[in-house]
Amino acid sequence: MNIELILFGAFALLTLLSAGTVIFARSPINSAMALVSTFFFMAGIYVLLWAHTVAVMQVLVYAGAIMVLFLFVIMLLNLGESSTRGKPTVARVAGGAATVGLFAVLAIILLKLPAEPATLSTGAQASFGTIATMGQVIFTQWLFPFEAVSLLLLVAMVGAVVVAKSRI
Amino acid sequence: MVPITYYLLLAAALFCMGMFGVLVRRNALVVFMSVELMLNAANLTFVAFARMRGDNLGHVSAFFVIAVAAAEAAIGLAIVIAVFRSRGSILLEDLRTMKH
Repeated sequence: MNIELILFGAFALLTLLSAGTVIFARSPINSAMALVSTFFFMAGIYVLLWAHTVAVMQVLVYAGAIMVLFLFVIMLLNLGESSTRGKPTVARVAGGAATVGLFAVLAIILLKLPAEPATLSTGAQASFGTIATMGQVIFTQWLFPFEAVSLLLLVAMVGAVVVAKSRI
Repeated sequence: MVPITYYLLLAAALFCMGMFGVLVRRNALVVFMSVELMLNAANLTFVAFARMRGDNLGHVSAFFVIAVAAAEAAIGLAIVIAVFRSRGSILLEDLRTMKH
């Protein structure tokens, strides 16, 4: 039982617990707070996978920016708790069953994959997942997708203003 | 050393929980949060495969997914606000004018 496995188990358990709270909480604000904690615990899991840059971006962008947006909208709409739980219609029961089935199929496939992480040399391990190596890939090989994403963010910003404004 | 399969199974479980939320919940905001959960599960899969192959490209893909998720959240929440303004409700069962 090494420390890495213990940390993974703790983070995975807490991630799943918070994700369960997101889905089952009655009030949207509880769901949003549980989503924030889900993102934090997932950042811990990213660190265990040596993805430090992605972990930092997860906390900054997801737990920071996106969740602030969610909380703003929840407070703007002033939603209370949903008093009545929805009736279990056929579509809902089928949806739940489909989810369980999907997980079973995914688990069967994933268990057939090789489980060994790559063994890296000391130099490669030091540069794995750092901003420098990621930036090198983004600004040479993936430059066009990067520019496309910047354009997408601009369009999303303008679109959000146009859609949410009552009178332009 | 934790096997990569554990990470992939965790990602699959998170994705299925997000899908459950999308299919079962009635509140549009909670449905959006479930979509964010699913995007996070995809990110975790990217990063886990990057660790398995010792390759940085998975991290770059996760970076792009985060950017697209930010754009999606902005547009989606704007639509939620617009719908609430015109209907006074964001329960998905009240939004069925296009059904008939």
